[in-house]
Amino acid sequence: MTTVEASGRRLEDQHQHRWRRFKSGAMSALAVLSAAAVILPLGFVLFHLLLQGASSVNVDFFTRTPAAPGSPGGGMANAIAGSAELLALATALGAPIGVLGAIYLSEYSSPAVAASIRFVADVLNGVPSIIWGVLVFGVVVVPMHGFSTLAGAVALAIMMIPLVLRTTEEVLLLVPGGYREAALALGIARWKIVVHIVVRTASRGIVTGVLLAVARISGETAPLLFTAFGNLNWNLGLTQPIAALPLQIYTYAVSPYEDWHRQAWAGALVLISLIFLLNLSVRFLTRAKRL
Amino acid sequence: MNPPLGSPEPRTYSEPMRPPQPAVGQSPQPVRQIAISVEGLNLWYGKNQALFDVSLGFPARSVTAIIGPSGCGKSTLLRTLNRMHEVTPGTRMTGRVRLFGDDLYRSGMDPTILRRRVGMIFQKSNPFPTLSVRENVLVGLRLNGVRDKEVLRERLEECLRMAALWDEVKDNLNRPGISLSGGQQQRLCIARAIAMRPEVLLMDEPSSALDPIATARIEELVHELKETFTIVIVTHNMQQAARVSDHTAFMYLGRLIEMGTTQKIFQRPEHRQTEEYITGRFG
Repeated sequence: MTTVEASGRRLEDQHQHRWRRFKSGAMSALAVLSAAAVILPLGFVLFHLLLQGASSVNVDFFTRTPAAPGSPGGGMANAIAGSAELLALATALGAPIGVLGAIYLSEYSSPAVAASIRFVADVLNGVPSIIWGVLVFGVVVVPMHGFSTLAGAVALAIMMIPLVLRTTEEVLLLVPGGYREAALALGIARWKIVVHIVVRTASRGIVTGVLLAVARISGETAPLLFTAFGNLNWNLGLTQPIAALPLQIYTYAVSPYEDWHRQAWAGALVLISLIFLLNLSVRFLTRAKRL
Repeated sequence: MNPPLGSPEPRTYSEPMRPPQPAVGQSPQPVRQIAISVEGLNLWYGKNQALFDVSLGFPARSVTAIIGPSGCGKSTLLRTLNRMHEVTPGTRMTGRVRLFGDDLYRSGMDPTILRRRVGMIFQKSNPFPTLSVRENVLVGLRLNGVRDKEVLRERLEECLRMAALWDEVKDNLNRPGISLSGGQQQRLCIARAIAMRPEVLLMDEPSSALDPIATARIEELVHELKETFTIVIVTHNMQQAARVSDHTAFMYLGRLIEMGTTQKIFQRPEHRQTEEYITGRFG
């Protein structure tokens, strides 16, 4: 009696076992396919860019300004330099505000205030970037009577602030409270603890956050359309329109000239390589040491 | 509540860094001067009362152990002695704490300045991770504006010697503080605390995360440091209390049950609860 029951149960178990294995396999396959779907577009974009743009990436591309429309040759030297200047200015304007704001959130504010500022920062991070372009057009471009490097940098900086704020706050909160207590118990003033102990401990993470924000805004086109405007000639002055890689790519891509199309591909390849490099250096920084 | 000013007993206690304070409101202590006196202390975390009418005195240049089961308020009491409990939001306190007669909670007493006089060692050793051994010891002085290289160098060696760490680290003072072993890290924290030349050292279970050998070294160190400092040590370990302390206070459920010389508490406790805790019947 007991043996029959036992063997019956075993058969049932085996059946269940097979069904479970099937479900497990199906879920794994689904997960693998989804992961592949994440990687595939990146691989496709890189492959396509290399195919279309690699032939146009040459010395001229990095050293010369655009040729006259329709005529072959020329490069994007002004746009590369312009992007570098815009990013440097935007970082100089936006990163300190973001970092200081994060210090306020993690070290000084009450939890309720921190939560509301955090919420606002998250909303700001979700604002479509063209809106920032329109805003800065109204606030900077119109009063200055013209498109300018400054206006472009302000638009990018505004985008950077909430990004830097959130990442910096997170790494500051990762600094164990024991270090703050130890410093307090030594009779060190609060602001000195923040600067010399907390921020110093989190410095690597803060730099990482700033680099990620730079990588994020370096491809932005929309906020530059009516602020930096773009320029086919050299300009590094603050009050004149300035060229930027994404803008140049846009201008070239919508033009009717075959040669400009090739250069647009090359520009896209260079831009994505730069962003790739930025992200790689972030990986390097974060791997060297925790925090 | 305040006893009248005056009638100061002759002070046996003087240190260069420590201006002699006229003692106010101390209960007379026959043998030793009281370094810290606590009077009628009540403390709340939000609505929960953690300390109930605690009054006791910590004798100068000796070791006082606070023992009691978990949650009895011994760490809380310790943290009121350098106002570290104020770091926790929602705490409220009544009563008085005096350091050599000086009211720690009077208006105008800056907790930052106070904490230079009352140092603290934590349960988990916490050398600053970005700083070297040297920088860890000197960080308190440096950030408080001491720039004189000669002073800093002397203080570094003096403190590391006092913390019994000098011989182990003198050849490489620039290595990161967190590269030391657990016991060495805790001694580094002690060196860092005494670099401020405090009058009192508070120790919150300083060896509970250490192995027996490292624990023994910390206990030896406590024994030596009491020549210079007043030490208050919170411990879970009754053997440790018996070994290192001169006086012992037993706390239970936020109340001070009994305080006396360690010998008396461990051999002839007056209260049944004390005896039961010490003999391991509860706690």
